[in-house]
Amino acid sequence: MIYNYKRAIQDIRDHKFLNTVTIMTIAISILIVSAFGLFFVNANEIINSWKKGIKIMVYLKSDIPETNPSELIRKIQTMEGIRNVRFIPKNQAFQELKKQMRRQSSLFENLKENPLPDAFEIQLKASFQNQEKVEMLATRIESLPRVDEVEYGQRWLGQFTNFFNLFRFTGYAMGGLFFMAALLIVANTIRLVLYSRRDEVEIMRLVGATDSFIKAPFYIQGLIQGAFGGIIGLAVLFISFLFISSSMGQGISPDLFTIRFLSPGALCGIILVSIFVGWTGCYISLKQFLK
Amino acid sequence: MFHVHKNYGAKKALANITLDISKNELLFISGPSGAGKTTLLKLLYLGEKVSEGQVLIEGINLSRISHNRIPFLRRKFGIIFQDYKLIPTKTVFDNVAIVLEATGKKRRFIEKKVKSILRTVGMEETLHSFPPSLSGGEQQRIAFARAVVGDPKIILADEPTGNLDEASADIILELLKKFHTRGATVIIATHDKELIRKTGGRVIHLNQGYLQKTINV
Repeated sequence: MIYNYKRAIQDIRDHKFLNTVTIMTIAISILIVSAFGLFFVNANEIINSWKKGIKIMVYLKSDIPETNPSELIRKIQTMEGIRNVRFIPKNQAFQELKKQMRRQSSLFENLKENPLPDAFEIQLKASFQNQEKVEMLATRIESLPRVDEVEYGQRWLGQFTNFFNLFRFTGYAMGGLFFMAALLIVANTIRLVLYSRRDEVEIMRLVGATDSFIKAPFYIQGLIQGAFGGIIGLAVLFISFLFISSSMGQGISPDLFTIRFLSPGALCGIILVSIFVGWTGCYISLKQFLK
Repeated sequence: MFHVHKNYGAKKALANITLDISKNELLFISGPSGAGKTTLLKLLYLGEKVSEGQVLIEGINLSRISHNRIPFLRRKFGIIFQDYKLIPTKTVFDNVAIVLEATGKKRRFIEKKVKSILRTVGMEETLHSFPPSLSGGEQQRIAFARAVVGDPKIILADEPTGNLDEASADIILELLKKFHTRGATVIIATHDKELIRKTGGRVIHLNQGYLQKTINV
């Protein structure tokens, strides 16, 4: 085993350029795929935190004389997925608006009457905080008498989710492509090393070396290339992350969301995938070369 | 070897060769260039496969041997190639040691054995040299050392003195005789009549792939 390691290290030394190209290719592939992964992790976090805050605002018709809203509250509360219903009378809403827009108080001075409608603020159970269920509930509420309009930020949430899904799909596709590219480049590098050592391989076979004896150092070489490529790719990603998060941190409140790096488990997984790329590339070229 | 034929496409390299080689025999395969001498040696260590017929080594039919068993068959042989087949980027020590490394021998044993065999062929001073820095005769002695370091039962030598001056050829010949005396079966392919005359033994003569005659010298 030690002998095989020595042979692998010697091979890497003898073919520095080829090995550097392979390691850098793996590193770049890992960097790009991991950058997508990092984006997904953080974007997912943001979407989840937004989803947790999803509220349905129900605005009531103002042309109908004021009646007791308790009947409507009861109807809404019996619906599945409702956690809490709060009635906001239009006067209270107007006072709150005035309070919030204290600096623009002149805007309200010329108003003859309160333009705001009565409203309900509905909070949902956690299991109902997804787009399909919110939409379903909103449609049911909208069909109730006295209800004028229902809002739940559907447009931007839907668009963001669609964009995120598109990005996720692109990420998967690019991840697959970079995986294949890295695999083929490793396979070609090993093939070039094998080709440059074909006389040696032939002599080894003639003196009675088994295929596994011949292959072992190449596999070790592939594993080393994969591991180094993965570590370098993640190191570059981490440095970029530190740079970006420190510059973003100045503009975004930490209460809104915190950008975080990949978990130790994910990092180990990426390095294992990278090692797998090195090993598989090696396997492909050896299988063809030693036929 | 029973009724062995070897064709390369339409070209006939060996035709209907039947040959029995005894244990510890010293056998010469002679004939002009292109007679089929190297091909015959290749069929023995499975460098090539027969087109027709059978080759048996210690009762093992080489046509039926599995791919995984080929390395173990080759360990029975020590092969000296006409062009030496030394690895130019490895030292003399590493070139010889490769045989023992391939068979999984321990490092200490390898060092001891390689130094000992290099002493036997008179090349112990070149341990750390690289083959291209050595003369043809010296390279052939290193190739010989590599062939015998694993204590093979059968030594195959393809034109072992072909590119050497008389003095170097004599050294190689003496080494071959020495290992034959120690019990190895030695098969030498050569067109050098002087080498055959000096050594003696059974000689088979090939011409255009056919076994023309067998004589004892």
